[in-house]
Amino acid sequence: MSTFRSIVFASVISGFIVGLVVTVVQQFGTVPLILKAEVFEKAAATHHHDAPVAAEPTAAGHDHSGQEHAAHDHGDHEHGAGDHEHGAGAWEPRDGFERNAYTAAANVLTAIGFALLLAGFFAVRSGVTGMSVSWHEGLLWGLAGFAVFTVAPGLGLPPELPGVPTAPLLSRQIWWLAAVLATAGGLAMIAFRRSVPAAMSGVILLTLPHLIGAPELANVDTNVPSSLTHQFVTAVTVTSLVFWTLLGGVTSAVFARFDRGATV
Amino acid sequence: MSQSQLANAQTSAQISLPVAAGQVGRLSQALMAMALGLFAVGMVGFSNIDVVHNAAHDVRHSNAFPCH
Repeated sequence: MSTFRSIVFASVISGFIVGLVVTVVQQFGTVPLILKAEVFEKAAATHHHDAPVAAEPTAAGHDHSGQEHAAHDHGDHEHGAGDHEHGAGAWEPRDGFERNAYTAAANVLTAIGFALLLAGFFAVRSGVTGMSVSWHEGLLWGLAGFAVFTVAPGLGLPPELPGVPTAPLLSRQIWWLAAVLATAGGLAMIAFRRSVPAAMSGVILLTLPHLIGAPELANVDTNVPSSLTHQFVTAVTVTSLVFWTLLGGVTSAVFARFDRGATV
Repeated sequence: MSQSQLANAQTSAQISLPVAAGQVGRLSQALMAMALGLFAVGMVGFSNIDVVHNAAHDVRHSNAFPCH
């Protein structure tokens, strides 16, 4: 079987297992906190929407369509400011089963995606060493994934609940990606180059994104309680630890099974 | 370099040649799979399309992907 097929088969199987397990874990950890925060978010949103219409009756009062237009503009403005406002009228899953089904599907897709990345490394690694990557080594790769994709970006951009205002999306996405790349590069320098200069540049790479600093708002005005945010940071980090260790272990074990014929 | 060393070097070169070619194939296939994986994660976590955002909303928050 070709390497590509082994990687894809192993990733799809592992992604399904880990994605579904994590969906269950999230139902107890992160999802209840998101739903609680959305109550605060919706309360704030209706308050915001009512305010300008009541405050400017003359500006919007000429005819009915004008008033609607003014309200719509206000909604757009909020979205641009980074508030938690979905695109007006865009489809979204209904609360309950439908919403959780899409969450499960998105979790499985994410897990398959990250499994493809891990299995790609396992294929290269086992090709170089001539031995398949053990579940234990796979778990360590999973821990590296946890450090790269959760810990490092989370230091600068802690997990956010809906309804908490944040810096503009694009700037955060760019910093997130930079933190991920720098951390992956830094860890690789330390793990695979056994020299002092390489280790030092690795450490510099690890710290660099945090010296530059993540984009943040000068003052955050939210009615989401800080205790809820704190619980959410813990829940996300622990869930992610489960996700990555499980994904590393399972993907390496399944990939080794599919790839056995190819490496020997 | 003695004759036997030369012979050894030649033999190892002959042996390692197909292995090296296999490694290149393995590397490119691994890279292809990894690119596919990053594309999947990018769609779920970073796509600006409203419908994708709304479907994957809770997952984005739960994975601490930058959202909204």
